[in-house]
Amino acid sequence: MRMSETIAPDVITADVITTDVLVIGAGPVGIFAVFELGLLDMRCHLVDILDRPGGQCAELYPEKPIYDIPGYPVVGAQELVEKLMEQARPFSPVFHYSQMVETVARLPEGGFAVTTDLGTLFHAKVVVIAAGGGSFQPKRPPVPGIEAYEGTSVFYAVRRMEAFRDQDVLIVGGGDSALDWTLNLQPIARRVTLMHRRDEFRAAPHSVEQMRHLVAEGRLDLVLGQVTGLSGADGHLSGVHVKLNDGSARTIQATRMLPFFGLTMKLGPIADWGLNLHENLIPVDTEKFETSEPGIFAVGDINTYPGKLKLILSGFHEVALMAQAAKRIVAPGQRIVFQYTTSSTSLQKKLGVS
Amino acid sequence: MPKITFISAAGAEQTVEAEIGSTVMENAIRNMVPGIEAECGGACACATCHVYVDEAWYAKVGAPEPMEEDMLDFAYDVRPTSRLSCQIKVTAALDGLVVRTPERQA
Repeated sequence: MRMSETIAPDVITADVITTDVLVIGAGPVGIFAVFELGLLDMRCHLVDILDRPGGQCAELYPEKPIYDIPGYPVVGAQELVEKLMEQARPFSPVFHYSQMVETVARLPEGGFAVTTDLGTLFHAKVVVIAAGGGSFQPKRPPVPGIEAYEGTSVFYAVRRMEAFRDQDVLIVGGGDSALDWTLNLQPIARRVTLMHRRDEFRAAPHSVEQMRHLVAEGRLDLVLGQVTGLSGADGHLSGVHVKLNDGSARTIQATRMLPFFGLTMKLGPIADWGLNLHENLIPVDTEKFETSEPGIFAVGDINTYPGKLKLILSGFHEVALMAQAAKRIVAPGQRIVFQYTTSSTSLQKKLGVS
Repeated sequence: MPKITFISAAGAEQTVEAEIGSTVMENAIRNMVPGIEAECGGACACATCHVYVDEAWYAKVGAPEPMEEDMLDFAYDVRPTSRLSCQIKVTAALDGLVVRTPERQA
């Protein structure tokens, strides 16, 4: 009897998404986990902070070549992600993008309740952390004392536009986020100043054109320079000190600042799940790649063990072994028959090739 | 082998031997030069290997490509001779190169 006949895949009841396995992180290793788990009849939901699959391959170096994927003398990072997605497709993984897992808690009946910052709730028999270098978060610019203003005057994203109404807003950056928010907040803010270190912008040309139009009409200030310091009191910003490109210094009146300095990776809420950690990595054994919490596994760059190498190919090996252990939790007592995809008619049926 | 001198924001100097064809960032990491983080490992995907090329060397090293210029937007205290050291390839002509590390990386 095939397992898929005994376990209903992805039963959705009362806003709870039920799944065999919840994979945290949709990078190359997380996606390949879908494949290895799928061969053993386990279904996966994946959560990723980015708005697309691929993790670092997609966010940091999509155009770069990788030379150490077995069988590929060279493969582009984005191309590898696309191939992995194709390989996982027979197992119908469900991706939940642009959100971050916040809590993981054990359920009384076994398994785990997992929640995200967007309020998605999962019940999973097994949790696999494939979070790479952690979650991509907006980068904090190295401006002295900026922490004191975060959340009150300095924001890295706009959650509520109303918080910017009638404020003096300084937006820093030259990419799409900086330009989009400049254009969106300009009508409601008291004054918007856009500051960038050069008079060239990475943002979409038509946004840049709109911005320049507003500047020409005197409805928006454009300043070429860099932030050097902040002034204010009790978390309330009053001015931003800047060094202009001609070398002179100036203070821009601002009660809100939105710096857009790209993304960096942070461990994030994983630190709060009660797992043993070692220097922001998750120690695992090398038989099952299980963490200090039974039923929670960690694979890829986020884990550590003697001899660990942060290579994509190491992650691929890890998920193959992890899947065997996960199977024993998802279907206790069921015998696992070792099979090759080359010759097993049962595996080929699952892959849709026979 | 060409020599590269790194000077920290505090003025500490460190001279290292660099293989032709390697990047300035790789030589900094190999020799544990403080002030170079290279978070992304040299993919021109962060701005944590930022250096100021010595004025006398800037013409020889050359200006950044557009992709590097975009990434420099994320660096701290960018100046006219700013470069990302992962994008500077060591050549025989760069023997004696002097670069300064910024007060902090982004």
